Amino acid sequence: MTSVPVATATTDRAGVPRQAGVPARPSGSARKSGRRRPWPVSVALHATLIMASVIAVGPLVWVLLSSFKPSTWVNSSDLSLVKEPTLANYEYVLTQTNFLRWTLNSVIVAAFTMALGVFVAATAGYALSRFQFPGRRHLLLTFLVTQMFPGVILIVPVYVIMARLGLINTLPALVIANLTIAIPFCTWMLKGYFDSIPTELDEAAQLDGCGYFATFWRVVLPLARPGLAVTGFFTFLTAWGEVAYASAFIQTDSNFTLAYGLQQFVPRFNPLWHYLTASAVLITIPAALVYYVAQRHLVSGLTAGGTKG
Amino acid sequence: VAPVVLVLSVLVLYPLARGVYLSFTNTTEANQNAETCIRSITGAEVCEPNPDAARFVGLETYTRVLTGEIGEFWHQFMITIIWTVSCVVFHYGIGLGLAVLLNRPMRLRGFYRVLLVLPWAVPTFVSAFAWRFLFRHEYGLINEMLRAIGLDPVAWFDNTWTSLSTAVVANIWLGVPFMMVALLGGLQTIPAELNEAATIDGASTWQRFLNVTLPGLRPVSMTVILLGTIWTFNMFPVIYLLTGGQPAGKTEILVTGAYRAAFEGIRNYSLAATYGVLILSILLVFSILYRRALRKQGEVW
Repeated sequence: MTSVPVATATTDRAGVPRQAGVPARPSGSARKSGRRRPWPVSVALHATLIMASVIAVGPLVWVLLSSFKPSTWVNSSDLSLVKEPTLANYEYVLTQTNFLRWTLNSVIVAAFTMALGVFVAATAGYALSRFQFPGRRHLLLTFLVTQMFPGVILIVPVYVIMARLGLINTLPALVIANLTIAIPFCTWMLKGYFDSIPTELDEAAQLDGCGYFATFWRVVLPLARPGLAVTGFFTFLTAWGEVAYASAFIQTDSNFTLAYGLQQFVPRFNPLWHYLTASAVLITIPAALVYYVAQRHLVSGLTAGGTKG
Repeated sequence: VAPVVLVLSVLVLYPLARGVYLSFTNTTEANQNAETCIRSITGAEVCEPNPDAARFVGLETYTRVLTGEIGEFWHQFMITIIWTVSCVVFHYGIGLGLAVLLNRPMRLRGFYRVLLVLPWAVPTFVSAFAWRFLFRHEYGLINEMLRAIGLDPVAWFDNTWTSLSTAVVANIWLGVPFMMVALLGGLQTIPAELNEAATIDGASTWQRFLNVTLPGLRPVSMTVILLGTIWTFNMFPVIYLLTGGQPAGKTEILVTGAYRAAFEGIRNYSLAATYGVLILSILLVFSILYRRALRKQGEVW
């Protein structure tokens, strides 16, 4: 995804593809399994890792525990982990607020961004990878540059354009706004994938009578499926967690996405932390599950996408 | 090809060009209409050209921003630099440390790895809220823990530096897993034979780290540091949701500053667009210098 085509984490020197984070062999350390490390080293090692894990997990656990406490205990000096556990916060968030509506909005925005983004980016990536046409270099450069400013420079012009089109405060506005960021990124990543698919395959398909479109649709796309998955997933996550556009473009409660809706629980004065903790847990659990499934592909995708630029 | 290029131009290039153009005008919410329309009593609408309409002012907005006449560009620039450098240094340092620790056979390795990656799995805006929850002045976990060991609670968001450090802590927390996983992947591409050979030659653990591991990690490191820098520089949600610029806008970084210019008070679109162009130029210059520095050291890409 970057302007840096470098050798990456996914391919070792011999060119053997390897996924980031998957220990293919007990490597790195010169220690052989027969030799044991002295016990103080072992203790120090585990102590460090346990401390790091506690720091990594602690804040989330505290939010989780707080979400089961009644508001009086959330707002108290009490440090006990469990105190009069209750589901009242969840009940309130799910029934008395627009939380479910916001979730639906977030899903809609993220899903449409993903579908449209990947579709446009796949065609564009393919065109950039296979065809020479005037302006190709410029287009590539623009995409590279666009990746450096998530939103900031685009947010104002996009806002002005949306206002002119009467799309402010609608979900399509968010989808379009997210696309301005997603498309360059996805195109860049997918171009890398397409570059790795040998052009001989295209030529063979064309000899067999496939047009450009059929070649793309039936030969190249199926081969690029892993790339499409990573790109789509990343787009979904980006749109899902997008804050700036959602805060700027949406004004009414029923159109909020989660990223903006949650801000309603914690205004600077009189924040309702007990509801925030409950909704945070509700959002995080599905997101975290999906993340664990896709995470290792994501790293290799992120560091590998730019390699063939 | 043509339709693709068309869609792309509409979605990406047009807003971009428009943004650059806006930065050369003096458009604000108050003067964006080219005509002022007054509805008369009969219901007919009379429009006349707006005498104060936004117009092309060339580099005026830039000079006013850079001389500090409007906005707080230089203060926000300084904050952004401190923010970016401290975050990236800690991200890389801690990420590398953990990756090295995890890159050896031991019990519970998979377990640690899952726990350590967890912060990455949480959506950023949720993390930002979680940390604001922890850093609350009253009843926040961190202040209560300070009180429990007999220290005074700190009003984190009342001082520029404590406020900024809450954001830095939160951002380190959520950025380390990416570095760790990426570097762990890099470590596994270093052939084990190199380490074995070094050991046979009598290299100490530290020497092996300096002379085998670090050079072997170089390609990955260069990518993740550049990525991390750009991401942190543009990290909108953490600052916006966690410190909210408190106290009094003193912890605003450039991207949140641009956002506030555009969407708070009288919306100053041209100011925000100017910020956008300046931010973009800073990042461009940075990545060009970065690449050049690397190339000078013999890195070919």
